[in-house]
Amino acid sequence: MFWRKKDKAATPAVEEVIVQEAEVIAEEVVVAPVEPTIIEELVVAEPTELVKVELPKRNLSKGFKAVFSRIKFDVENLDDLEDVLIQADFGVEAAEEIVAAVKVRAKKNGSKTEAELKAVLTELLTEKMSRTDAALNLDSGAQPYVILVVGVNGAGKTTTIGKLSNYLVEGGAKVTLGAADTFRAAAVEQLETWATRSNSEIVKPTVEGQDPAAVAYEAVEKAIANGSDVLIIDTAGRLQNKQGLMDELGKIRRVIEKQLPISEVLLVLDSTTGQNAMTQAKAFTEVAAVTGIALTKLDGSAKGGIVYAIQDQLNIPVKLVGVGEGIEDFGFFDAKEFAIGLVGEK
Amino acid sequence: MFGNLSERLVETFKGLRAKGKLSAADIDSTLREIRRALLEADVALEVVKTFIAAVRERALGDEVSKALNPAQQVVQIVQEELIVILGGEARRIQFAKNPPTVIMLAGLQGSGKTTLAGKLALWLKEQGQTPLLVACDLQRPNAVNQLQVIGERVGVPVFAPEAGNGSGNPVNVAKDSIKHAKQKQFSVVIVDTAGRLGIDEELMKQANDIRKATDPDEVLFVIDSMIGQDAVNVAKAFEDGVGITGVVLTKLDGDARGGAALSVAQVTGKPILFSSTGEGMDAFEPFYPDRMASRILDMGDILTLIEQAQKSFDEQEAMVMAEKMAKDAFTLEDFLEQMQQIKKMGSIKNMLAMMPGAGKLKGQLDNIDEKEIAHTEAIIRAMTPKERRDPKILNGSRRLRIAKGSGMTVTDVNSLVNRFEQAAKMMKTMAKGGNPGIPGMPPGMGRAAMPKQNKGKAKKGKSGNPAKRAAEIAGIEPPKQGNSGSSFGLGG
Repeated sequence: MFWRKKDKAATPAVEEVIVQEAEVIAEEVVVAPVEPTIIEELVVAEPTELVKVELPKRNLSKGFKAVFSRIKFDVENLDDLEDVLIQADFGVEAAEEIVAAVKVRAKKNGSKTEAELKAVLTELLTEKMSRTDAALNLDSGAQPYVILVVGVNGAGKTTTIGKLSNYLVEGGAKVTLGAADTFRAAAVEQLETWATRSNSEIVKPTVEGQDPAAVAYEAVEKAIANGSDVLIIDTAGRLQNKQGLMDELGKIRRVIEKQLPISEVLLVLDSTTGQNAMTQAKAFTEVAAVTGIALTKLDGSAKGGIVYAIQDQLNIPVKLVGVGEGIEDFGFFDAKEFAIGLVGEK
Repeated sequence: MFGNLSERLVETFKGLRAKGKLSAADIDSTLREIRRALLEADVALEVVKTFIAAVRERALGDEVSKALNPAQQVVQIVQEELIVILGGEARRIQFAKNPPTVIMLAGLQGSGKTTLAGKLALWLKEQGQTPLLVACDLQRPNAVNQLQVIGERVGVPVFAPEAGNGSGNPVNVAKDSIKHAKQKQFSVVIVDTAGRLGIDEELMKQANDIRKATDPDEVLFVIDSMIGQDAVNVAKAFEDGVGITGVVLTKLDGDARGGAALSVAQVTGKPILFSSTGEGMDAFEPFYPDRMASRILDMGDILTLIEQAQKSFDEQEAMVMAEKMAKDAFTLEDFLEQMQQIKKMGSIKNMLAMMPGAGKLKGQLDNIDEKEIAHTEAIIRAMTPKERRDPKILNGSRRLRIAKGSGMTVTDVNSLVNRFEQAAKMMKTMAKGGNPGIPGMPPGMGRAAMPKQNKGKAKKGKSGNPAKRAAEIAGIEPPKQGNSGSSFGLGG
């Protein structure tokens, strides 16, 4: 959900809640666990100004694929669990740590059968990965909420923006997109296609190869002027070891912040990425203060285990998950779903 | 977060001393670190397991080099094996006998196919080809547009009859592009296809249909060097689904260690042809297995260390050899040992560079045919130990036997023995302080009558015999030394 000021379009927001209720019933509640805290905080902070706008629910258990097709999972084979986790891109260190924790807990609980051990693993992963800050930061009331989207080349930034934009628009939000990827050939056109598909506004560079910071600045101006609820800014893909390009990202960020606070800096991570994802998360956090991760391409055979280590070590929550090329193929990250999907336990 | 492999190996190296043979324990402790490093570099687990097992087996059988401690030696074996899997030599693009040569690109979404298509086109254009880019990615929004912009940047025409964005049939586009290319006489057709998941059967079938329609000479599998454990599944899926002939590794300008390269090379058995290394359209180069091997293990400094150790070791050997020469105790056995050492080092140049007086002849070192070393080795191996130690006993029947045993001719045997004699004597002179590199120097005074006779022969060019050639290159020209009348009356 997101929160908007009451004086703006209060009536449609109520309608949205009703419209969305059908979906809520049909699909599993994803963001539910974090709702209560947010409501309390906000009620205290700005009780009269904000109204809650319910957003569509998404279920994405299809994105999480089980890792245990190959090994027999029992007490004797617990060390094989390490291999399985490594193959899911958890990394050697995290895999060792998880196996050790499973052993301890299994011993304590007296878990012996495969089902029991799987339950232990699911529980452990859920605990380790559950966070209270996994929802999008769209609750400060400082609209338009600015979402800056960053990542390496080919991670799926533009596609993620298209899906997110569509989702927010479906929920009744007015969305503007800022095409600050002025580098890649036809990136602006690609974003424009998504803007059309998702019924959102777009701010494009006025000249080819314009300074992306300038585009970002104009996008903020326009979003304020047209009364947008959310502004999503696309940036060019950059490898994290390219200092010049990373500095450019810092500049984009500073330019935006001259006019509006940035609610969310989303780092888009390709779930097929291996251990380099950690380096990416570190580098982007350093220059752009990443507040959340969007894990893309989970519809493939990749498991995206590296996010475990990233959440653990860098304290950055995974927020969004992309599961395909369709505009609806996206949802919110849920630790329990992730754990259940991975372990393959009912 | 993690110390790199070099740092951790230095820890492992501590306390280990060179022994006669590598002990299983030495090997295992080193291999544990290597295994971890490979996994952290995203080499697929199954590939790591096979690889480590192979290295272990080889390491157990290896004699310990005097120059290296056991851990270093294991690392060296690892490096060598990595290079073997990554492909000893980069293969080149296979061009069709009758143009156009068709190159099809396939890979996951976001692996960098479209950008690569542009780079490849530019590279081919610079090689004098006339490439045509074909927009068969009708899936991703504005992929066609992107290819058109790229085509414009590199000055290569783009065949794009369909606007894309989900409409149009890529198989038809591919088919038509070949006709178009034939008509307009393009020499190479580069087919950009939509990114697809390994598990998407429908899109995989489409890729296969494009393949059937265009009958490409190369199907290049484009893979992001940052990919993790899934590389194996993806590579298998593309190998089974489309069938690939080569691999291109993209985004190598990033800081990913690129273990995927090893996984893909191992799983598909297909060579890695190119690497893509930057944003610019010219950031594209042939793949270098040795660089990749060092990158995956992240142990450049360790390898330098090993190289240095090895080098000083060889220098030591060379000294011993020189001493032997001086004492006239240089035998065919030593000669064989040198050959083996040369082979082990990979280049005769290294060996020769260490020999006194060879420094100034570096240019000529390039002419050496490494294959001939094998022939020489075969001949020496066909001799009895006694013959090797004392070539003077080689009579006609022995020579015939050796020739038969080595698969060479008697002339070859004669030639080798002759050149060996010359080399040995020259080396002896040299070691005693003569300077064979300077023409006109008469070291073998007693045989001064011979040079004239030999001069004519030497002018014919370099000897086909490596020993002689080695001698020549080392600056020991037989005619000038005047000793080519061999002990057997066959030489000169």
